[in-house]
Amino acid sequence: MDLSRRQLLFVGAAAGGGFLVGWHRPSGPRILAAAAKAAPAVFAPNAFIRIGRDGRITLIMNQVEMGQGTYTSMPMLLAEELEVGLDQVHLEHAPPDDKLYSVPVFGFQVTGASCSVRLLYEPLRRAGAAARSMLVAAAAQTWSVDAASCRAEKGVVTHTPTGRTLRYGALADKAATLPVPAQVVLKDPREFKLIGTPAKRLDTPAKVNGTAQFGIDVRLPGMNIATVAASPVVGGKLAFVDDSKAKAIPGVRQIVRLDDAVAVVADNMWAAKRGLKALTLRWEDGPNGTIATADVVRGLAAAAETPGVVTRNEGDAPGVIAGASRKIESVYEAPFLAHAALEPINCTVHVRPDRCEVWTGSQVLSRVQAAAAKVTGLPLEKVVVHNFYLGGAFGRRLEVDYVPQAVRIGQQVQGPVKVIWTREEDIRHDVVRPYYYDRIAAAVDARGMPTAWTHRLVGPSIMGRWAPPAVTNGIDPDAVDGAVDLLYDIPAIRVEYVRHEEPALNTGFWRGVGVTHNTFVIESFIDELAAAAKQDPVAYRRALLGKSARAKAVLDVAAREAGWGRPLPEGRGRGVSVLYSGWGSYLAAIAEASVSKAGEVRVHRVVCAVDCGTVVNPDTVKAQIEGGIIFGIGGALWGEVTLEKGRIQQSNFHDVRVLRINEAPAIAVHLVRNLEAPGGIGEPGTAVTAPAVANAVFAATGKRIRKLPLEKQLRPA
Amino acid sequence: MVTLRINGKSHKVDAPSDMPLLWVLRDLLGMNGTKFGCGVALCGACTVHLDGIPRRSCVTPVSAAVGHAITTIEAIGTTPIGKKVQQSWLDLEVVQCGYCQSGQIMAAAALLAKIPSPTDTDIDQAMSGNICRCGTYPRIREAIKQAARKQTTAGREG
Repeated sequence: MDLSRRQLLFVGAAAGGGFLVGWHRPSGPRILAAAAKAAPAVFAPNAFIRIGRDGRITLIMNQVEMGQGTYTSMPMLLAEELEVGLDQVHLEHAPPDDKLYSVPVFGFQVTGASCSVRLLYEPLRRAGAAARSMLVAAAAQTWSVDAASCRAEKGVVTHTPTGRTLRYGALADKAATLPVPAQVVLKDPREFKLIGTPAKRLDTPAKVNGTAQFGIDVRLPGMNIATVAASPVVGGKLAFVDDSKAKAIPGVRQIVRLDDAVAVVADNMWAAKRGLKALTLRWEDGPNGTIATADVVRGLAAAAETPGVVTRNEGDAPGVIAGASRKIESVYEAPFLAHAALEPINCTVHVRPDRCEVWTGSQVLSRVQAAAAKVTGLPLEKVVVHNFYLGGAFGRRLEVDYVPQAVRIGQQVQGPVKVIWTREEDIRHDVVRPYYYDRIAAAVDARGMPTAWTHRLVGPSIMGRWAPPAVTNGIDPDAVDGAVDLLYDIPAIRVEYVRHEEPALNTGFWRGVGVTHNTFVIESFIDELAAAAKQDPVAYRRALLGKSARAKAVLDVAAREAGWGRPLPEGRGRGVSVLYSGWGSYLAAIAEASVSKAGEVRVHRVVCAVDCGTVVNPDTVKAQIEGGIIFGIGGALWGEVTLEKGRIQQSNFHDVRVLRINEAPAIAVHLVRNLEAPGGIGEPGTAVTAPAVANAVFAATGKRIRKLPLEKQLRPA
Repeated sequence: MVTLRINGKSHKVDAPSDMPLLWVLRDLLGMNGTKFGCGVALCGACTVHLDGIPRRSCVTPVSAAVGHAITTIEAIGTTPIGKKVQQSWLDLEVVQCGYCQSGQIMAAAALLAKIPSPTDTDIDQAMSGNICRCGTYPRIREAIKQAARKQTTAGREG
């Protein structure tokens, strides 16, 4: 494989000695839509690798660690080609800098959309290979021998004929002066020593003894702690504050008024919480103050009557359905969802006239910096952002709404202030997964096989707000992801997207993003078609997957491992779901579930077969799928945020019900290994789950649930 | 001023009697391993031990902790059971984001101290108050069982 000089930014001397490797920034931002189907990115990321004179190898991590294992998989990619042990790579959180650390395709610094391994698989290996070849060249020069007679292993270059050795540290300065190789040869995957083998996560030790630092753990000299109440209605304003009682609470230092929020600044969180409770507040709700969930659904339903932007069109699907003697039509609904990451939203700031420092855990560090710069009016270079481990994110920390709020509070406080949202504030001011409303229809032939398929999905465009250039021709690539990738072999397919914005709630990405909603709809509906045809759901899907060997293979593995077709205990049903989307991974999940008389769903077992192409850390892949499934089950059974008078009704884990250990099913993950391009793995486990569970509920009870959350629909009236 | 015995050491803290132990640990003593998740004993992230019994420190007033031996994640590894639990967590790669794991490990160590060979039902009962949003439950269950096996083996050997 070639690595042109153009793609290597520089190799140079590192400050304090040593060797530094980095890359040119991409020529310009390219968008997710193009990314979805594109081959691995041509352009490298802008990660830095430092090799010090002491032999210390440091990878500056542009991807953040939120549980998904990037802090292990990224160094594995580097170490494989650099020929060092994983234990020799040290990690540093990257500071915000889109010029240096942007991710290919997105063009800015982001950890999300299951992109880390997918987009950095080749660039990081190339970096390692380039650095290794230069270190070998430096050794060869030192010994005046042919570089081809030298080999690198575990951070040491050996001259094979004589057995002489030099450590990377001793070669770093010299390597930094050498020309960048015009060509870099990457290893044949069959020679991989690290990639594809289970590696111990590098972040685990600190996470089992309490020393791992999350954003909420920052402590600074002279720091105060603040907690906040923001307008309970989106767009509302603070109208009145009586803080006389709050000020009397020992430890309360200051009450900060913003136009849309109030903060109590105190010596500690307890005093701040007590102070907040003691405030008497009145809000000016504004136009959103009357909105209820039913109003939102009415708006979506009305929009679903209008044509949308056509995102996939083969044959004349509407015409075929209109003229068909047998057709099936359904409406599916998926609710607003809260993230409820276990680390509540927090952000620490120290605002000074000429400088602003921010300490937080974010999936989008450069956006944190830009947000703070905008509020303070400071240039970017005067805003320093310190990143931490993220105590869960699931898409929530792709938003930076809490940063300007913390900075505005910090502007009124002397010294650093840590702003911590209570759990109640975290839920009521979540940037929730949108409510989606889908109309879906199919014509079927005499055997019950689909001859045409139309799918009109209605919802807001998160990309339209979050990354507007990604929306082209009115198509939000995230909103339609999975729906446009329908793998079933149907002669006529039409997928339409109706953008319908909902001003009463801020909506954003939730684990599995657009695919979570679309897979629920398409995999539930294909199950409806199988049931109408009185065919086995696995056999029915299989018959339609003739054009996708990889999808068929995961379906077969899942069916075999789940014992599909074997008898189940009374009252239990099996449901299947197949997933493919722009992440490039293929999954099939089979869930076993039963439903009590009271409508309580128990998911007993989930078997999931995964083909994510080349696997970097197989244990992490399994862990991500296990966790994704558990996240997905809780969401499918109970997940729902509702609105009343413009206010989110839920507030804490008593009404934001999430799966607990006693409710978690047995999970078996089977990897289908090959050397295809690596696909995403953080999101799809969640996305594949809800339809498998809903289809299992159908198998167990005969009840087809087309509106989530499931249990709400199953409860006796 | 109240005197607390935390991880075998005596600490004098100036805290109102109703201040939850969680904030005493985090904000007054700088012991950040114990986490804030919900504030109302629904998630278990703040679990500590009082005389070996798991307690949600977010709803335990400091006055109720006076006179008891308080153990936190920072010191659970100095107990034989805590050390085995941590090792099992490492062996089975339980952790993802890690935020809940201090509480999970404290709850698991307390369970094993009380029931050396817990059944699945015992694990459900002891651990269902600890939420993990990353969904590490299957591995938590296995890690508890592994720690229990090591513990009983060690017990027989000893």
